[in-house]
Amino acid sequence: MNAPAFRAPMVNATRFRAAHEEDWARLEELVTIMEKRSLRRLSDDDLLALPGLYRTTLSSLSVARDTSLDRGLITYLEQLCTRAYFQIYGVQTPASRQFRRFFATAWPEAVRALWRETLICVALTIGAAIVAYMLIRGDPSWFYSIIPESLAGGRDPSASAEYLRGTLYDSVDDKDPLLTFATFLFTHNSQIAIFSFALGFAFAVPTVLLILYNGLMVGAFYAVFAAKGLGPNLAAWLAIHGTTEIFAICISGAAGLRIGMAVAFPGRLSRMEAAVKAGRLAATAMIGVILMLAVAGILEGVGRQTIVNDGLRALIGAAMLAMWIVYFYIWPTWREASERDDRGS
Amino acid sequence: MAASVALQDRFRRTFVTPEGVDLKLELASGGSRAGAFLIDALIMIVLLVAVTLFMIWISVPGIDNFLFILWLVGFFILRNGWFSLFEMGSRGATPGKRLLGLRVVARDGARLTGAAVVARNAMREIEVFLPLSFLASRAAEGAADTFLIIFSLLWSGVFLFFPLFNKDRLRVGDLVAGTWVVSLAKMKLSRDLVSSSEAPRRTFSNAALSLYGIYELQTLEEVLRLEQSQSIETVARTIRMKAGLPDDGDDYGFLSDYYAALCAKLEGGLLVGRRRETKWEN
Repeated sequence: MNAPAFRAPMVNATRFRAAHEEDWARLEELVTIMEKRSLRRLSDDDLLALPGLYRTTLSSLSVARDTSLDRGLITYLEQLCTRAYFQIYGVQTPASRQFRRFFATAWPEAVRALWRETLICVALTIGAAIVAYMLIRGDPSWFYSIIPESLAGGRDPSASAEYLRGTLYDSVDDKDPLLTFATFLFTHNSQIAIFSFALGFAFAVPTVLLILYNGLMVGAFYAVFAAKGLGPNLAAWLAIHGTTEIFAICISGAAGLRIGMAVAFPGRLSRMEAAVKAGRLAATAMIGVILMLAVAGILEGVGRQTIVNDGLRALIGAAMLAMWIVYFYIWPTWREASERDDRGS
Repeated sequence: MAASVALQDRFRRTFVTPEGVDLKLELASGGSRAGAFLIDALIMIVLLVAVTLFMIWISVPGIDNFLFILWLVGFFILRNGWFSLFEMGSRGATPGKRLLGLRVVARDGARLTGAAVVARNAMREIEVFLPLSFLASRAAEGAADTFLIIFSLLWSGVFLFFPLFNKDRLRVGDLVAGTWVVSLAKMKLSRDLVSSSEAPRRTFSNAALSLYGIYELQTLEEVLRLEQSQSIETVARTIRMKAGLPDDGDDYGFLSDYYAALCAKLEGGLLVGRRRETKWEN
């Protein structure tokens, strides 16, 4: 056997390990600290060394893949680079900036992009309300097939005008404080909104049904109250929170519709791309819907119970609606226009 | 063995870093995804029960409404926020996922956005809570309309088992959000098989070293790293038989020398652009 042959390293992996093993070990140590605790636990020296170590290891991986056949080495480098990559590039945008961007641009833009679907949902709600109203005006027994008894709470065609008036103006009994009621309404409505969004994936059919049913309920109650001459009173009672709440539910329906339509009719994009594009847009709008429903819950649970004046109720409702419309549809246009002017000058 | 290597590569996906290196991420297996979900669900249930009991325990008439509000909001955040809030964090994983070494990643390689995380988790409503509520309603009403229940279970099952029917193991939520879940295994650097031996090495004829390609070399590497005496004996016997070499009684020494020589030869081939993947190639 020739003696000198085994003195020099026989394979590339050995040379490679000898040259870079220290760097890899140091990177592994830093990455482990970052994974277990946080970036802030690294010393200044470590922080300065990190990008260099990362690039060295990444190029080690490239070279090893092409020149070495040591599978153990390549798998090690792959997992180390992947972990380091996610520690270095996987950092999220700071929460405060994400927060600001959401309110300043992302939310209104997402809702504005859904305007066509929102309009459809509003039309469906109004249409369903009118249908329910006409049906019950013609034959009051329809009411019972639209509204379940638990929800009606005695507010059905057989109720007296006195009783109906009471449900509009008497506050809920004192044992059930307003804030609890508001919280319950908020969580309940939000859950339904999230559900109708998710159901959009099933080609939007269940979402449309939910929106239609929502409209039917509004129309059915209106028919009962209008028959006793309490139509405008109910409208004011509903408006104080309803403009926000029904608008929010229409946007959640619109978000569901967008996803369903993107999956069913992807257009120029692939079905997958269309779904992702619609999904992210709709999700942004949905975060906003939850916030709107929280506002609606407070208006309904607290505002409506303390404010019993019809005019004031209607005024608050109208003001809220105007505010949402400006925020979603008008303000972004203004800002775009002013940005264009800035760029132009 | 061949099947397991092929399986490994079937679930690896190209993921190019800004530096231009493909990290070849490995998709998480269905089992580990389900496991992570079960861990999260378990933590959520335990948390819910513990907090509820604690609130009942400290509740006095004056503050019970306040506690109820806290409970309602807490339940809502737990149900809708647990997954989203954790996945929006820098770890990109819920506690369950973290425990099993999983991470949510945007499929296009960009930064994972809050919208994507919310989209993938809102879809859990139809994947998890819908089937659950069907089961609950069945329990409440009895099997009144069996046909309807079977139909609804089938429909919700489509979403539940969705990840098993596509090549990227995407949930409906992943599909809509443009994400996938990858597995980030941690491992130590394994020892260098070639430099460990100080003794003079055996030499092999060119014919003996032409028997195998890269695939066989790496299989041999696995055998040497696992150090199972039975497989070492079998492999050593096979190689000796094929190369026509006598048995010198030291199976492990023989195999590691053969590994070093074969590796050096195949790497020499790489330098001149000849990559012999398997023994079937020339």
